[in-house]
Amino acid sequence: MKKSKTGMRILILAILFIAVVGAIYNTAFTDKQAIKEGAKAPDFVLPELRGGTIQLSDLKGKGVVLNFWGSWCPPCVEEMPALNRAYHKYQDDGVEIIGINISESKVAVSSFVQRLNLDFPILLDQKREITNLYEIDPIPTTFFIDKDGIIQKIVIGGPMSDQTIQRYITQIMPE
Amino acid sequence: MIQLSSNLLLIAFILYMFGSIAFVISVTGRRWRNRAPEDHARRWGWIGFYLTLAGFFSQLGFIILRWMVSGHSPTSNMFEFMAFLGFTIILAFIVLYLIYRIPALGMFAVPVGMIMIAYASVFPKEIMPLIPALQSYWLYIHVTTAALGEGIFAIGFAAGLMYLIRTVDQTEQSSITWWKRKTTWLEFSISVVLMLVGFILMTTLFSTAGYEVTYQIPNEDGNVREMTYHLPSIAGPHNGQQMEVAFGPLFEAPEWMNGRKLNTMLWSILSGIVLYWLIRLLIRKRLSAAMKPWLNDLDPDVIDEISYRSIAIGFPIFTLGALIFAMIWAAEAWGRFWGWDPKEVWALITWLFYSAYLHLRLSRGWHGSKSAWMAVLGFVFVLFTLVFVNLVIAGLHSYAGV
Amino acid sequence: MGTVLCESCGKPLQQDEGETAFPDMRYDGVSRRSQTYSRTLVDKVWNFFSSVRNAVIMIIIVLIASAVGTVFPQEQYIPTLDPPEIYYEKAHGTLGKIYYQLGFHNLYTSWWYITLLLMIGISLVICSLDRVVPLYRALKKLPVKRHPSFLKGQQVYTQFEIDETEKERTLEQLEKGLKQKRYRVVREGNALVAEKGRFSRWGPYVNHIGLILVIIGVLMRLLPGFYLNDFVWVREGETKQVPGTPYYVKNVEFIEEYYEEEDLPEGVEVEGRVVKNYQTDAILYEQRVSDIPGAPPELVEVHRDQIRVNHPLKYKDLLLYQAERRINQLSALNLELIDNRTGESIGAFKLDLYNPPADIQLTDEITIQILEYYQDFEWTEDNQPRTKSPEPNNPAFVVSVISPQTPEGERSWIFLGSTLGSPDREPFFSYRFNKPDIVDSTGLMVRKEKSLPFIYFGSGVVMVGLIMGFYWQHRRIWIDLNHGPLQLAAHTNKNWYGLKREILQILKKMEIDVTIDQLSKGGKSK
Repeated sequence: MKKSKTGMRILILAILFIAVVGAIYNTAFTDKQAIKEGAKAPDFVLPELRGGTIQLSDLKGKGVVLNFWGSWCPPCVEEMPALNRAYHKYQDDGVEIIGINISESKVAVSSFVQRLNLDFPILLDQKREITNLYEIDPIPTTFFIDKDGIIQKIVIGGPMSDQTIQRYITQIMPE
Repeated sequence: MIQLSSNLLLIAFILYMFGSIAFVISVTGRRWRNRAPEDHARRWGWIGFYLTLAGFFSQLGFIILRWMVSGHSPTSNMFEFMAFLGFTIILAFIVLYLIYRIPALGMFAVPVGMIMIAYASVFPKEIMPLIPALQSYWLYIHVTTAALGEGIFAIGFAAGLMYLIRTVDQTEQSSITWWKRKTTWLEFSISVVLMLVGFILMTTLFSTAGYEVTYQIPNEDGNVREMTYHLPSIAGPHNGQQMEVAFGPLFEAPEWMNGRKLNTMLWSILSGIVLYWLIRLLIRKRLSAAMKPWLNDLDPDVIDEISYRSIAIGFPIFTLGALIFAMIWAAEAWGRFWGWDPKEVWALITWLFYSAYLHLRLSRGWHGSKSAWMAVLGFVFVLFTLVFVNLVIAGLHSYAGV
Repeated sequence: MGTVLCESCGKPLQQDEGETAFPDMRYDGVSRRSQTYSRTLVDKVWNFFSSVRNAVIMIIIVLIASAVGTVFPQEQYIPTLDPPEIYYEKAHGTLGKIYYQLGFHNLYTSWWYITLLLMIGISLVICSLDRVVPLYRALKKLPVKRHPSFLKGQQVYTQFEIDETEKERTLEQLEKGLKQKRYRVVREGNALVAEKGRFSRWGPYVNHIGLILVIIGVLMRLLPGFYLNDFVWVREGETKQVPGTPYYVKNVEFIEEYYEEEDLPEGVEVEGRVVKNYQTDAILYEQRVSDIPGAPPELVEVHRDQIRVNHPLKYKDLLLYQAERRINQLSALNLELIDNRTGESIGAFKLDLYNPPADIQLTDEITIQILEYYQDFEWTEDNQPRTKSPEPNNPAFVVSVISPQTPEGERSWIFLGSTLGSPDREPFFSYRFNKPDIVDSTGLMVRKEKSLPFIYFGSGVVMVGLIMGFYWQHRRIWIDLNHGPLQLAAHTNKNWYGLKREILQILKKMEIDVTIDQLSKGGKSK
């Protein structure tokens, strides 16, 4: 009789304990972000400024640098030339540099790209759907995605220097 | 119509006042009349009861008329709400009087209801159309149920106070440190009530006189904001510049405090203290000692039970109105059923406090005086939630302020 | 003294007050689990949570902590744009700084506050389990004959002599009277016991089960998919994805209404304008084909509603609330191109500020190219044009008119209400501004709250428990003629006054005169 009571107590206490620890852990300690380093980069498709569309999964096998930017954000503007240089430098090494403009009109983006002489592809996320999907808060935010589509590095803020860009690109460069 | 409804409220107030006087006669008069004390008490008790009942119907008329005129239930601003709370207190009193038939309860409970109505009259009385946030039938359901629960708690408070006045030993040794003496805390409880009365008196006095002082307060961005005081300024606003020649300010409020609210608070506390000492010097004894003989004929167990029963009856209603209906409305209006808004938190605090009361009473045997102290303190929480949170801690619930 | 009977929980009163004469009525002698052994750690933990004293202490701690959390606003309610580390010190001085440093600015989501709440939850479970079994056992059997000392020990007790010959008749009358008052009566020889409202004893447990359900409901929100909280701005005419869902919402029209004279009851005057209604006429679409994000969606209309404050759009478990608005925002500039030689208008054109065209074919011969666009224009320090936000608050365009006279294009800046041409030569064209297009945006709060019905159900159970427990009383009356005089004892868990009055009514019918004071002659009265 006594044994079974104690066993019952242990069971009840164990269930409660697990529930409580789980709940506390969930509320106070977990970050609820699905987008983080080591996670798979969600697939998407967006129109490219100069025509056509680009789908992320089509770039499998290549390293991808995703740069979320807006023309109103000074550090974004500042790091554009460095990204453009990286684009030319690593074009043949299987690394794609892709800019994703947040919510601006084609005309505004187009004139901006012309002024800065940018050559790498710029995708237009006019409805911020991909921006929301990637949980972008401050910009610029840059994702370095390896050939398997895994996010290796997230750089929040900027501007990034050539060295910074280079360092993370080497991490995602396919052999 | 509006005038008529206001008059009905005034009539109700006067009837409550006569009702209270009748209850006082019923209780105190049994010794100084030459007739059978039981008959006397019973007769005057019923007179008091019927006067109160008449006042109740008059106030019901006020509510119905105002509802008809405005098209929404009169619970949409501070004036309407506090008057409604007074109404629920009287309602709860009527019900409990019919059960227990103790005139002394009327002597305490009816004035509590009156104080609420008087307090209501401090706020702007104009009928205002409902802003979108208040356009919901939950305004009627949530506010009225919560007010009813709180009204019943008020009876618990009145009975708790009666119990304490009846039982606290007035001959306590003066060798006991003052803050350990029960009489001190009882006097303190009474003076808190007097502070509310003092506040009502002061605001009514100065607003009838049309008193007004304006301050100009420079903002950080160089703009100037104006703040109008309706009471002479003890505490001025931070960095405020008085625009007319008038009394004060004696000092400035800290930067993060609203000067006018602080000033109003100070006036309430000071006038309460002055009122208390005025009465005390006049009667030359503690207020509780003066009231004690009125209650000597009562069985403390019965008062204890009235206090407990009020809380036991009020608790489910309060839970329903102030927490559950509040949750449902919050989910409808704000998209979350609970958001830790100060008012929500204080409703929860009140609820937790009364649930502690019930647990202590039911399972730890906290009867009599411990229980009575908690009943008194519980209603202080209610008042804090209704008054202080609205006026001082602004949140989503702030109606029009003073 | 009043009741020592707990309907829910609690240690025996004897320990507190040192009284042993009075029978422990709580579970009528059935021992509670937590009182039997306390040797192992498990027992100690169990006993900690089964103590009402500890539960009340936890309640008081939560109460005080909650109160402290309202002294200054929580982080989510900070009224300014300052970050919290600056706001608290700036707005509330040193106290504010301490408040922030102690973490009170996020009190209600702090680990220790949640731990406390959950400990109260555990206490609810264990207190109830610990007590409900002995209570059930105690209430199941209701012995008719009790020891005289048990009867005398009850708070309500009286005894009076009756004639030997009257005994049977008295008992029968009593039984009849009690049954009229809806008592369940059991008689055994010269004794009887009457009981009613037993179910009210279960009230606290029902109430506690409800509270546990509410807590589970709240915890369920932590599971993925049960709770969603987002926000979306939608311009009039625009269709936007509802974040985190397969739905799209179109803002057909945003309406802001004010109370007019005729809306107000007679004699009511209003200072200033009072808002009567904020409303978004919305269409909800669902993307049926699950496609990759970003692809042009194939939308199917699923729901139309007028979203107002207090009237959210509800579709399945999606909720859209009217939360914010931006009214009268510029959406397009309307211009006319003027031929400077004739002074006449060549044609009108529109510059959409959210999606301007790349070029506009004005006539067969004249084309306007849009070369540059800045939504929120300003000059940088080194005199470069730039936009300072993505919102078209201060739009500026560089346009070029290609015409037979200007095959290379004539460039010009177009600002809000003004233009700036090349200073080199007299321009061929100028521009006339017409009334711009304006548009309202609605800010919709996006919610999913799948556990809400569960929480409401839990609340309903709480109410049933509270009503059972507080609006009914468990009353028991014993009457015994075996020991000489008629002994009458009674017990209730609350409302002693009501119980006594009920007994008096029954006795009065039998023309037995007992006063309420005589009824209180039990072992507990002074």
